[in-house]
This record gives sequence, C-alpha cells and structure tokens, in this order.
Amino acid sequence: MSQDLFERFTKCAVSMLSVDASKVTPEARFKEDLDADSLDLVEFVMELESEFGIEVPEQELEGITTVGQAFDLIKAKAK
Amino acid sequence: MQGAGHRVAVTGYGVVAPCGIGKQNFWKGLLGPGIVGAKTIEIADWDPQPFFANPKEARRADRVEQFALAAASEAFATSGDLPYERSRIGSIFGTGIGGLRTLEEQVITRVEKGERRVSPFLVPMMMANACGAAISMRYVLQGPAETICTACAAATHAIGYAARLVAWGRCDAVVTGGAESAATITAVAGFANMTALSSSGCSKPFDVARDGFVFGEGAAVFVLERYDLALARGATILAEVLGAASNADAHHITAPSPGGVGAMACMQQALDDAGLTVRDIKQINAHGTSTPLNDRAESEAVATLFGTPTPPVTSIKGVTGHPLGAAGALEAAAVLLSFEHELIPPTANTAKLGEDIACDIVYGAPRKWSPGPTISNNFGFGGHNGSLILTPVN
Repeated sequence: MSQDLFERFTKCAVSMLSVDASKVTPEARFKEDLDADSLDLVEFVMELESEFGIEVPEQELEGITTVGQAFDLIKAKAK
Repeated sequence: MQGAGHRVAVTGYGVVAPCGIGKQNFWKGLLGPGIVGAKTIEIADWDPQPFFANPKEARRADRVEQFALAAASEAFATSGDLPYERSRIGSIFGTGIGGLRTLEEQVITRVEKGERRVSPFLVPMMMANACGAAISMRYVLQGPAETICTACAAATHAIGYAARLVAWGRCDAVVTGGAESAATITAVAGFANMTALSSSGCSKPFDVARDGFVFGEGAAVFVLERYDLALARGATILAEVLGAASNADAHHITAPSPGGVGAMACMQQALDDAGLTVRDIKQINAHGTSTPLNDRAESEAVATLFGTPTPPVTSIKGVTGHPLGAAGALEAAAVLLSFEHELIPPTANTAKLGEDIACDIVYGAPRKWSPGPTISNNFGFGGHNGSLILTPVN
C-alpha cells in the first residue's frame, strides 16, 4: 500500500518538477536536490491534492523540506 | 536629454509564424498561398520543448512567451554573442495583450474547481511584460527591460524605441520585437462581435471585397546594435534602422482618423527622423489588415503623402493574418527578407483592388526590386500609429 502511494507521489514529482524518478528519494531535499522553489512546491502540492483527493492546508507545509517529510504528510491524509 | 546620434544596425533576427518557423521558412510562406476559410490562423503542432531546459520551464511560459523565446534563439544565433557590458544591453518588447491563454484557462479552472486550484504561475504567465522579461533573464540583459502595449502598433513602437536607446547612446545593443498568441475563444468572440474579423474567413488586404481580418499569432525578435560597435566586432550587418515615429490620432478607440491624417503625420515624422523625403522610399509594408476602414484610411494617407503613383505597397496579412501586437515584428522581418531576396512579397488573396485604394499595391505575384529604404506602418486600437524605416546595407 505504502509502496503504491509512493509510486503515485513520485509520478506527480516527475511530472510537476521535471526530475528523474531516481532522484525522488525520502532523503531528497526539494530546494537543493530537486531544484524546486516555493512556487514549484505550491504547484506540486496542488497536484498531490488532486491525485490523492485530499486537502493540505498551507500551514501544514511549514518546515517541510524533504521528500520523506512531504510523503509522510500525504500518506497520513490519504487513508 | 540630447541624443548621441549613433547609427543603428540590425545584426540578427528570428521569426515564428503560422506560415513558417525560422526566417527562411517564413519567407517561403510569404510567397505561398493566403489564408482562406478560417477566422484564426495558428501555428500547427507547436513544440516549445527545443527552446527550454525541461518540460517544467516550458509549461511555465505562456504560448506567447514560448514564441518570443524561440524567435530570440534564432536572433542570437544570427547576431552571435554581444560582447558589451550587460547593463548596456536592453530588452524592449511589444505585445498587444500578453498571456491571455493562461488567463482564460485559469478563469475556467477557478469557475470549475474553485480558487484553491488557480495556478501560482497565473500572474507571471499572463503579465504582458513576461516575454521581454524572459528574454532579459535568459540572455542576462541588464539594461532597460520594458514592454510596450499599444495594441497592434506595439512591436513597431518597441523596435523604434529600442533603436532610439541605441541612437541616444544609452545602450550598445537592444533586443526587441513583438509576440502575440491571444486567439482564445473569448477573444475571438470579442473581435467577431465587434465585426473586425472577416466573415468570409479570408484576409485580402485592399481588395474590393475585403471584409475584416483573420486573427493570427507569432513572434519576431531583432538584435539592434550601435553600428560602429557591430562593425568593430566583425558582426554581419543585415540592415540599418534609419528612423521611427510614434503619434496618436486622438480620434476614436477603434476607427482611424478620417483621411488617415494621423497615419500620414506619423509617416512624415519617420521620414524627418531618417532625414529622407518621400522620393527616397522604395517600398511600403502596410498595416493593411483587410478591414474596410483601415485599408481605406491607410491608402488615403499613403497616396496623399507620397503622391501617385505611390511606391510599391504590400501587406503580408493575407498570409499571416493579423497577429495584433506582433504584426510590426513579423512585418519588419518581411522587410529584411525582401532586402535579402530582392523581391517584394505579394498581398496574398487580393484579386481586385477596392475603388477607394489609390496605391500601387503589389498583388498577384512577387515583384522584383532594387532594395532601398522601406517604411513599415502599424496602427493600433486606441489611435496609436507607428512607422519604422529600414534600409539595406551595401
């Protein structure tokens, strides 16, 4: 289940951030490793919301800097 | 505020248009058939990817900005690198509207899915200055970067102002031109309901049966440089900008002033700026939109100012349609190509001139000529007039 979710998460990252799937690892940092600025992240989160049928309020994104952190947030809501 | 009086060279240009991508394809298109049976003419199968680092970057540029960057890429490939201080290279661009496609898409998204789904890139994609800003960023041009939005006169005004910045000595080079891609469903409906679009779907400037324009799109970008500096760096000089003018009818929001007096004054100012007389002009690239009012007023202005027979007059809008703010850019490119090929492209689709047209319109077939000073006109809703004079170099 978690594997399937991560694949869907990765698919969104690949299409919205134009990065190779192999770079989308839990340790990857959005800014430094995936070249994603704040507007990129807003668009990426909108795509995740649509993919998983969830809502992620802006304040919950504060402090999130890595793929792993973002995925945990999505996973908790996607149940 | 006195200018330095520098001569202005054109050292590079690039074109993206429905009839051809790249300047030589564009030229072939200008000699080909005109548009029939269409209210709009758009670039088929446009692929922005070759002009961007990755799909993300391409997606974040509205189609109009994609065109501008594609044309800029060809322009810089022609001019070569500009070895000037970056603060002395400007980016002066023209567009009538800007990223209207993005705005229309996002309005639909907002209505269908709500405010939270509106793209964070809406604003930077729709803003009218996005094209010029993108060129300035990509090529690190840190001089003046300004966008002129005078409807269908925008690119002609931009090229004129860009040349002025070089002539004045403020810039060593300026990248300029215009782009448009605004034929959204809403915009087409707006133009159709004001009866500006051709009801027969055929652009035939100056024809007796002309009935409006066909909505086009495209971009052309030019590299202008101080003539002496371009020579010193060994650049190939393609043409010289001899003069430019800008004025206003102050008459009506859409209709030209009766008798084309505003257009006539604008052309006279451009001649004065260039230090030329009417006898020096060897070709007129007309605004020639194919609307009854524009073509009559422009023809009257040309015939009154130049006397009859007039210099040869052509309009490329039978082929390109009317790309609003990009019109003057595509037309300046057509003038440069007419220098190179020693041919004046014909006014496509035009078969029988209107009785109100007293000019020597080139139609039916291209005309051989000895290239010389050429004036290009554009007029915009709001009463904006622009004229530009280009000349070949020996």
